[in-house]
Amino acid sequence: MAMSIFTRVTGGALYAGIFLLAGWALALVSGRETYDLYMGVLGSLLGKLVMFGFTVSVFLHLAGGLRHLIWDLGKGYAKGEASASAWAAMVFAVVASVAVWVIAAMTGAL
Amino acid sequence: MSANSKSSAYRSPLGRARGLGSAKSGVSRFIGERVTSVALIFLVIWGVWSALTLARGGYDGAVQWIGSPVNAVLLLLLAIVGFYHMQVGMTVIVEDYIGKPTTKALLLIANAFACWGGMALTIVCVLKVALIGGGS
Repeated sequence: MAMSIFTRVTGGALYAGIFLLAGWALALVSGRETYDLYMGVLGSLLGKLVMFGFTVSVFLHLAGGLRHLIWDLGKGYAKGEASASAWAAMVFAVVASVAVWVIAAMTGAL
Repeated sequence: MSANSKSSAYRSPLGRARGLGSAKSGVSRFIGERVTSVALIFLVIWGVWSALTLARGGYDGAVQWIGSPVNAVLLLLLAIVGFYHMQVGMTVIVEDYIGKPTTKALLLIANAFACWGGMALTIVCVLKVALIGGGS
């Protein structure tokens, strides 16, 4: 049950998040100075915090959405399956987010 | 009440429609939400991976990256499909929680403006840099 509302809440977060993408495109077209400023804001401590939340939202919503797609196929309703997939989705979101940020740190993207 | 009745000429329009689901726009939205979901599984994973590349490259790296047709096309698809998915998703949320007709209508209009506006803005910005290149 919690996972269902997480999917909706993270959907709302991603609504704000996609405007970060629009902002990135706008910064890029505005030229080097604006782009550097934009990336600097995203790379600040607060920016990183927002971006990490964005990453978790992406993976949580992805896993939650996948669960809904499987339900649409008429599968995954057996006793215990819904709870199991909810836990799997949450664990996946945390592991995938941490993995992305570890890779980011290792490749010098931070 | 058999849906397979061959004597459909004698049945009223309501009788024919009964049991066949919605006759309004709900179906296309239901399908649209799911088709964009499936597309976004791939586009978002590519997007996260690309964000790591872009975070390293700075301005020159980003201009060079977006100059590749594959990157430009996938980025455009991410923006188009993403913004459309946002509009459909937010419509569901507004319809679920907002009961007052005027407030609901205003929020749905604002949602459409934001999503279509954001989509158009992103498309133009991406195309300009992809086709013409960056500034100094």
